[in-house]
Amino acid sequence: MFNAWTQIFKRDLLIAFRRRSEIIHPLIFFVMVISLFPLAIGDDKVLLQKIAPAILWVTALLATMLSLDNLFRSDFEDGSLEQMTLLKTPLSFLVTAKIAAHWFITGLPLILITPLLAVLLYLPSESISMLLLTLLLGTPTLSLIGAVGIALTVGLRQGGVILSLLILPLYIPVLIFATLAMQNVEQGFSAEAQIAMMIAILVLAITLSPFAIAAALRVSLN
Amino acid sequence: MEKQYSFTADLEVKNLACLRNEKVLFSGLNVSISPKSVLFLQGENGSGKTSLLRILCGFRLPDEGEVSWGNQVITSLPEYFQNISYVGHKNGIKDELTVEENLNLMRSMATASDIKTEFVLKQIGLFKQADVLSRQLSAGQKRKLALARLMMTENSFWILDEPFTSLDKASVVFFETLIKEHIKRGGMLILTSHHDIDLSGLSVNHFSLSN
Repeated sequence: MFNAWTQIFKRDLLIAFRRRSEIIHPLIFFVMVISLFPLAIGDDKVLLQKIAPAILWVTALLATMLSLDNLFRSDFEDGSLEQMTLLKTPLSFLVTAKIAAHWFITGLPLILITPLLAVLLYLPSESISMLLLTLLLGTPTLSLIGAVGIALTVGLRQGGVILSLLILPLYIPVLIFATLAMQNVEQGFSAEAQIAMMIAILVLAITLSPFAIAAALRVSLN
Repeated sequence: MEKQYSFTADLEVKNLACLRNEKVLFSGLNVSISPKSVLFLQGENGSGKTSLLRILCGFRLPDEGEVSWGNQVITSLPEYFQNISYVGHKNGIKDELTVEENLNLMRSMATASDIKTEFVLKQIGLFKQADVLSRQLSAGQKRKLALARLMMTENSFWILDEPFTSLDKASVVFFETLIKEHIKRGGMLILTSHHDIDLSGLSVNHFSLSN
């Protein structure tokens, strides 16, 4: 069972490595959009600092959604998905391998590049560590929730718009707790409650979404 | 005598119906297949051959009726699905992986046969292309790679949808031999094909789907 999981994980990393542009595009999108804000707002340090958490988080959210688009598409189109449903290992378990690999190649680089962009927005250093923590807890949740929407729309020709209507509302709780945590830290309060909530949402997403994803993929195959 | 398959049973399709785009493709379909035999589905384009195969693979749910494997309904029998080797219209191979990587992947995911990858590569005539990305293969070579899936596992139930599309004559002969060996070992096969296939010496049930 775990062998198949590792195989899928390794396969997806290898494929991503051979098709690098798909990893890099969301990352470039992330960097570009964020660097547009200082250009548009001008050298208003106070304002930038104030809205920096919102900018970083909303952009991270959009970049995640953009990167998810190809999560199941190629497997769906080349028939690998059909083969995956015929395996001994449950589909709900295998999809976690795909999502883990996907987060590894899109979520992780995004987090690594964030400190640089945070400096661009004059975010104080103590907020940066909180930003990284919220992203570390939040982006896997975004991937898991987004994957449900992707799985549902993978069989449609123009799933893009429906997808954003479908999953953006579900991203709201994560966004609220993440930005609230950062506001609290900036004002010198503790963000424990928000972090605990984010962990809870992540645990919930890890335990429930694989089943929803597998069911949605089967619907798409039908 | 070659090693016989251990997991086999009769497959029975009872009163099956399938709708597509609100039109009845087929209904009241009854057919069965037992180990050591071939079910050859025939019918014109759009008569529901592929849909029937997809129902048997569990990709589609029947709109009416049921499919049973050894008197058990397949939906409650995960072992049934694990025992299927399916080659459909889509090849199920990854373009970004090399030929050898694709083969090893097929093996590692299922109950593997003890056949060597190198041997399979030689058999299907892709030994020289082992390190070539599958994307660079021709349509026929890709099809051969997809069909090589049949050799990598110990599954006793093969479902093939137009398996010989774009294959050259020598490859067709090779896979016909493979099918014969499979049936002799107690395997089962359901296939559709518009090509003439030499299945002489096997017990073949020609079943026609007509609108």
